[in-house]
Amino acid sequence: MAEPLIVARQLVKRFGEFTAVDGIDVEVQPGEAFGFLGPNGAGKSSTMRMIGCVSPVTSGTLRLFGMDPATHGSQIRARIGVVPQLDTLDVEMSVQENLWIYGRFFDLPRAEAKRRAAELLEFAQLTDRAGSVVENLSGGMKRRLSIARSLINNPELLLLDEPTTGLDPQARHVLWDRLYRLKQQGVTLVLTTHYMDEAEQLCDRLVVMDQGRIVAEGSPRDLIERYSTREVLELRFSAGTNSDSITGVHGIGDRQELLPDRVLVYAHDGEAALAEAHARGLQPESALVRRASLEDVFLLLTGRSLAD
Amino acid sequence: MDAPVHTPGTAAAVHHRRTPGALRVLSWHLAAYRRLWKVNVLASFGQPLLYLLGLGVGVGALVDKNTGSSEVLGSSSYVAFVVPGLLVTTAMALAAGESMWPVMGGLKWHRGYHGIAATPLEARDIVLGHGAWMAVRCGLATGAVAVVLAVFPDTRSWGLAPSVLVSMLVGVSFAMPIMAFSVGSEYDGAFAGIQRFVIIPLFLFGGAFYPLSQLPAAVQWVAKVAPLWHGVVVARGFTSGNVDWTGVAGHLSFVALWAVAGTAITIRRLRGKLYP
Amino acid sequence: MSTNFLRIVPTAYATDSFRVRRPQRMIERHLVAYRRQWLIVVSGFFEPLFYLLSMRAGLGDLVGSVSVGGKAVPYDAFVAPALMASSAMNGAIFDSTGNVLHRLKYARIYDAALATPMGPADVALGEIGWALIRGQLYACSFLGVMAALGLVQSWWSLLALPACALIGLAFASVGFAGTTFMRSWSDMDIVTTAMMPLFLFSATFFPTSSYGSWAWVVQISPLYHGVALVRSANAGVWTTSILAHIAVLVGLSAVALFVAARRLDSLLRK
Ligand SMILES: Nc1ncnc2c1ncn2[C@@H]1O[C@H](COP(=O)(O)OP(=O)(O)OP(=O)(O)O)[C@@H](O)[C@H]1O
Ligand SMILES: [Mg+2]
Repeated sequence: MAEPLIVARQLVKRFGEFTAVDGIDVEVQPGEAFGFLGPNGAGKSSTMRMIGCVSPVTSGTLRLFGMDPATHGSQIRARIGVVPQLDTLDVEMSVQENLWIYGRFFDLPRAEAKRRAAELLEFAQLTDRAGSVVENLSGGMKRRLSIARSLINNPELLLLDEPTTGLDPQARHVLWDRLYRLKQQGVTLVLTTHYMDEAEQLCDRLVVMDQGRIVAEGSPRDLIERYSTREVLELRFSAGTNSDSITGVHGIGDRQELLPDRVLVYAHDGEAALAEAHARGLQPESALVRRASLEDVFLLLTGRSLAD
Repeated sequence: MDAPVHTPGTAAAVHHRRTPGALRVLSWHLAAYRRLWKVNVLASFGQPLLYLLGLGVGVGALVDKNTGSSEVLGSSSYVAFVVPGLLVTTAMALAAGESMWPVMGGLKWHRGYHGIAATPLEARDIVLGHGAWMAVRCGLATGAVAVVLAVFPDTRSWGLAPSVLVSMLVGVSFAMPIMAFSVGSEYDGAFAGIQRFVIIPLFLFGGAFYPLSQLPAAVQWVAKVAPLWHGVVVARGFTSGNVDWTGVAGHLSFVALWAVAGTAITIRRLRGKLYP
Repeated sequence: MSTNFLRIVPTAYATDSFRVRRPQRMIERHLVAYRRQWLIVVSGFFEPLFYLLSMRAGLGDLVGSVSVGGKAVPYDAFVAPALMASSAMNGAIFDSTGNVLHRLKYARIYDAALATPMGPADVALGEIGWALIRGQLYACSFLGVMAALGLVQSWWSLLALPACALIGLAFASVGFAGTTFMRSWSDMDIVTTAMMPLFLFSATFFPTSSYGSWAWVVQISPLYHGVALVRSANAGVWTTSILAHIAVLVGLSAVALFVAARRLDSLLRK
C-alpha cells in the first residue's frame, strides 16, 4: 500500500483546560474519501483545522505528505485546499476577484490565477455572477464560491468542513458529482458532515467522533452492519407520552431507543416488531418501517440509549 | 420544554395605554445606551475639553499675546471666544455621527427599526424618537462640558445654560437631514465622505475658532448656509452677554428650518423603506 | 524570499509562523479591494489640508508669528509640518486599527490567507506595508500643497517624507499591536480618545515653550518626536536631538512589531 497521506497518532487539541480532540488515530490513504461524523462539539472542526495546518497540535503526532505541520506548514498548505465551516470569503470583492486573489496567495502567476478563476466559475456555476460583489450573493452561492476557491491551487488533498450546509438539494447533488469526479482524478477528500446520506454517498471510510474521541471506524456499510439491525421501526406517540411508551416496547426487537419526538425499535424484521407492538395494545399515532441507515449508527454511538 | 405562558386576548387592553410613540422609541434608545454610556460619556465629553485645553488655552496664549487680536475677536480672551463654538460643534459632531451608522444599523444590520415597525409604532415615531434622543444626547454631552466650564472663572457665565439649549437645537438640525440621507443610502461608504467633506470643514471653517469675517466671502456664504454658524453666533451672544434678540430669533428660526425639513423628508423616506 | 529576521519569538510550535514569504500579496489584495473605494482613500488627504487652510486663513492673522528657537516663524509655516506629521500618524492608525479589526474579526480575511502558504508574518508585514504606502501618498501630496503655498523652505524638506514613513511605521505597528487586544468595535472609541491628546499636545499647534515647566510632558507623546523630525526637515535645521527622536520612533516600532507578530500568531492559529 502507498504511504498514507495523513497520519495522526494520539492527536490532542486543547483550548486552555478544555480538551476538544482527545487522542485520535487516523490514517488517510491517497485517493481516498474520508469522513468525520459526530454531534456538535465533537471536535471535527478542531481536527480539520489541525490537518489544515492553521491550528497547532497540542500533543501527539500529525504528518501530511510525510511532513510535520509545525515545521512545514506553508509547504503543506501549498498542496491542500480548504473549505472552512464558516465562509472566509472577501465580501468586499467580486466573485472573480475572490478567486484569483486567493490564487495569488498561493503564488500563482497572475495570468494563471485568472485562467483558473474562469474555469472554477464554470465549475461553481457562478459565471453569470462573476462581477457581483460577494456580499450580495445568496448563502448557497457563497458556499459554492468557497468550494471553488479551495480548488484554485489544484490541491492534492481537499478538506471540506460541512461543505453542503446551506445548499439546496439540486446544488448538493451537483457538488457530490463534482467531488466524485475530483476523487476519480486522484484527489484525496477529507470531509465532515451532518448529512448521513452525504456520508454514505461520498465516503469510502469514515470515523464517528464523540467528545473528542473516535468511537467507531469503517466503511458506511460496515458500520451499519456492525452497529444496527437490518430494519428500524419508528413509532410516534401523542405529545409527551413517548417516554412512557418506551417501557411498553421493552423487549420488542433487538434494541429500543427513545428520541425526543419518537421511539425507535431496532429489529431484523420491522413488520413483525410492529405487529408485536399492536398485539401489546400500544397505540402509536404513526408507525413506519424502514431500512437501517447511517443515521441509526450515529444515534446509537453518540446518543443516549435507554434500553438494554 | 414547556411552552411559554401565553394569554391570548390581553393585547387589546394594552392598546388603551397612550404613551406617545416617539417617547417609546426614546426609551428604547435609552435602554440600549445604558450599556454604553461610560465609554461614550468619556469620549463625547473628554474630547471638547481637550480641544478647549489645546486650542483654547494653548493657541489662546499665542493669540492673546498678539496685540490687536482682541478687537477682531470682540471678546476679552480667546478662550472666552472659543467656548460657545466648542459647545455647538460638539453637538454637531455627536449628532452627525449618531445619525449615520446607527441609523443604517437600525435599517440594515441589526434591523431594530424593522423590529419597531412590527409593533403598533410607525415611521413617524421612529424619526421623532431619534430626534428626541439626539436632543437628549447633545444636552448631556454639552451640559457636562458646560458644568466643567462653569468651574473656571475665565469661562464661567450664565450664558452657558442657554448655549446648551442652542447646542441641542443645532444637534437636531444636523441629525435630521443626515438621518434622511442615511435612510436613503444603501451602503455606509458615503458616511466617511460626509464626515470629511461636511462635518470637519464646518468644524474648521464654521466660525467656531475665529470670526467668519477672516475667511474669503465665498467660503463665508457656504458656511452660512449650514446651521452651525447660526448656532455659534447665538451661543456666543449669550456667553459674552451681548444678546441681540431679533438676531437670536432669526438665527434660531433658520436652524429650526433645517430640523423641520430634515424630519419631514426622513419620515417620508423611512416609510418607503419600512413598508415598501 | 525566506528571511528569518522576524522570527523573534521562540515558540514551541509552528516554527514557520514568523517566516516572511510574500507580504506583498496582502498589499495586492488591498489594491484590488480599494478599487471600489478609491474615494475613501483619496478623501483621507483632505482632512490635514482643511486643517492647514483653516489655520492659515483664520488663525494666521490672529496669532501672527511664533518664536521657535529665537526665530519668528509665521503661524502657518509653524503648523504645516506638524499637520503633516499628524496626518502620517492618523493614516497609519486608521489603517492599522479599524480596518485591521474588521479584517481580523468580521471579514476574516486573515483566516483565508492563512489557509494558504502565507503565514502570520506575511499578514502583519503586508498590513503595515500597506499603511506605509498609503501614508506616503498623503505625505507626498501634502508636501506638494505646502510647496504650492510657499511653506517649503529648502530641498531639505524632502527629508520630511522618510520622517513621515518612520512616523507611519511606528504608529501602524502600535495600532496593529493594540488592535490584536480589541474585543469589539466599541474598543475603537479608545483609539480615537487616545489620539486626540496626541494630536493636540505634541507641539502641533503651539510650541513647547508655551508649556513652561511642563514642557517635559510633551516628550512622552511619540507624535512629538515625529513632529520635531518633520519640522527640522522642513526648516533644514539639524541638531543632535534628531538622533534621539529617531531612536524613540524606531524603538517604539520594534517593540510594537514584536507584540503584534506574537499576538497575531496566537489569535489566528488557535
Ligand atoms: N478557539 C476555541 N477556543 C476554545 N474552545 C474551542 C475553540 N474552538 C473550538 N472549541 C471547542 O472545542 C469543542 C469542539 O469544537 P469543534 O468546532 O471542533 O466541534 P465540531 O465537531 O466541528 O462541531 P460542529 O458540528 O458544531 O461544527 C467545542 O466544545 C468548542 O466549544
Ligand atoms: Mg465544526
